Amino acid sequence: MDTKPEFKPGNFLYAGKASALETVGLPNPRDWSPTDDDWQLPADWKGIVHEGMAERLQRFRSFKLFMDVCVRCGACADKCHFFIGSGDPKNMPVLRAELIRSIYRGEFKTAGKILGKLAGGRKLTEDVIKEWFYYFFQCTECRRCSVFCPYGIDTAEITIIAREILNLIGCNIDWIASPVANCFMTGNHLGLKPHTFKENVEYLLDDIEEYVGVRIEPTFNRKGAEILFVTPSGDVFAEPGIFTFMGYLMLFDHIGLDYTWSTYASEGGNFGFFTSHEMMKRLNAKMYAEAKRLGVKWILGGECGHMWRVVHQYMNTLNGPADFLEQPISPLTGTRFENAAATKMVHITEFTADLIKNNKLKLDPSQNDHIIPTFHDSCNTSRGMGLLEEPRYVLNNVCNNFVDMAPQVIRENTFCCGSGSGLNAGEYLEMRLRGGLPRANAVKRVHEDHGVNMLSCVCAIDRAVFPALMDYWVPEVGVCGVSELVANALVMEGQGEREYNLRGEENPSYKPPAEDEASAEAGEEGEE
Amino acid sequence: MHPTERAEPTGAIKMKLKTLLAKHKTALVARWVDSIVETYPPETAKFLKNKKDQFQNPVGHTIVAETKNLFDQVLEGVDREKATPFLDRIIRVRAIQEFTPSQALSFVFSMKYIIREIVGPEIDTEALDQELVDLEASLDFMALVAFDIYMSCREQVLDIRAKEVQQNAYLLLRRANLLVEKPGPRPEDS
Repeated sequence: MDTKPEFKPGNFLYAGKASALETVGLPNPRDWSPTDDDWQLPADWKGIVHEGMAERLQRFRSFKLFMDVCVRCGACADKCHFFIGSGDPKNMPVLRAELIRSIYRGEFKTAGKILGKLAGGRKLTEDVIKEWFYYFFQCTECRRCSVFCPYGIDTAEITIIAREILNLIGCNIDWIASPVANCFMTGNHLGLKPHTFKENVEYLLDDIEEYVGVRIEPTFNRKGAEILFVTPSGDVFAEPGIFTFMGYLMLFDHIGLDYTWSTYASEGGNFGFFTSHEMMKRLNAKMYAEAKRLGVKWILGGECGHMWRVVHQYMNTLNGPADFLEQPISPLTGTRFENAAATKMVHITEFTADLIKNNKLKLDPSQNDHIIPTFHDSCNTSRGMGLLEEPRYVLNNVCNNFVDMAPQVIRENTFCCGSGSGLNAGEYLEMRLRGGLPRANAVKRVHEDHGVNMLSCVCAIDRAVFPALMDYWVPEVGVCGVSELVANALVMEGQGEREYNLRGEENPSYKPPAEDEASAEAGEEGEE
Repeated sequence: MHPTERAEPTGAIKMKLKTLLAKHKTALVARWVDSIVETYPPETAKFLKNKKDQFQNPVGHTIVAETKNLFDQVLEGVDREKATPFLDRIIRVRAIQEFTPSQALSFVFSMKYIIREIVGPEIDTEALDQELVDLEASLDFMALVAFDIYMSCREQVLDIRAKEVQQNAYLLLRRANLLVEKPGPRPEDS
């Protein structure tokens, strides 16, 4: 506990900008850097932290329990990807939790107040705050450790509370604070205004027309649509997310879905989740307010990680009940999504799996024959909502070569991408390469053993961060969303020759029409 | 010739020393592994040495596997091409961890001390001093190769960081005509 962290380029995240904090009314906006000696904490920072901790010990039984119950059995110690990849023992979940647990003992428990270190307690100092900042922004809230804890201690919840307390004194990071402010003001992380959002989509529609030969005309902000579709905004501007986005557009056109996009609820991601429970609630509310305004029956959600954790685990408590919506029923198959009874929101992969199961898609999986994909279970969709079978079912139906990674690193045992919970900033690349090492190592193995050349996933942060991770650890492997592979295999009505994939690259699996057909067509044309 | 321009492998070490080192291979490699894992804090070193699963302990697994391969290289004579993948797997990890460049690469030099520590007396008895000098020159060459790998990893981190900035705002840059697209055929060209 006594070794102070050293803030060096690559191992810390830039501080939250004052303007972002002011936009959403977060405390202590100022210009500062973690490398400063003086972090310009509020004059009564100690009282604020003490009070904030006391309030949360009262409010969250889980937090109180997790502070008291750990017996230091060590089951979690070697389960954290940041520990495995960085070798820093304070990334062992038990020791990370100890950073705050020692303050709990030293400041709140009689034995710790009197005996100090002897009772595992210590006093709150500015160095403790710096250590919290360093390590609680080095946990991706992935919950892998909680799978192995015999008491079910969820370090993610400890990190969530620790970050919430840090926010009370203005110790936050810009990669979270600015997206939160942008999302609050304009509806998405980058602050894309409605017309820009729409123009981006139109650009992608042009690409679809060019490569697939069909013109799709989706609607925006259309009142009375049956379904509102919400996805992370990264898919509308970042590579390779945009190809997943094109996949959604093609799928919905293929099945003639009565849906609309919103240029206001234009973000599925919720970085409020990484700030405080209150901020998570404020951002989550937008999607439901927009669904109400447009009068849709239910919400379909795109490939995202933490959006689903928020929806699945918190939404109903934060903003529910969504009684102005109906329990989702697929208009194509009649399937009633019982699991979405409370949230009224269905995951695109569940929706697609149901379409395939009911033979509603015309698929040619051979279009993906040059791709040998494996699948990364996003921490949030696997451990946070149990989405384990559906992506594999979809992949096995749209590809002929799907290969799973080793059982100890998939499904609920999945390793984090190393950049979740708002840590996917460029300045943090080295730490992310450490955190992503266990995942990349498992990918490397299936690449070497089975020739895997594509890492598919159902999370926008994964799609944003895996290209860098793969480039460094397994450069032969690309990255895509599952919906991109679905779109590759879709046989669209009126499509042209699929010589190019959605990325504008020549498709090695494309088979030109047989010569006799081609000449027959030429003959017909000649007769005309 | 500059030592880094060595095209041919360093010569295989003479038979007597080779036999001696081969006889002590297990102990030498084990000590080499220790010298690497001991660059981490004690709790981590314990984990790196004891957890056997290659997926749950990729760093420890890599260290154990590649030190064996590198030791064989020392016996056979260090070949840049052959040694590179073994060194790369260890250095690629250390290049992005909390090490200075010298800390990241010190393990190559450790082998010199380990050999003296474990087989030093026998080298003296057998009067293999000159053979030892040749062997140490081989390890020096390995260190030079290691330095090249370390630098290429660091350069790669910077390249990736630059590329990521572009990817994260790909469509916005493309719409603003700020991207130089990869040359390649487009449907209208075909």
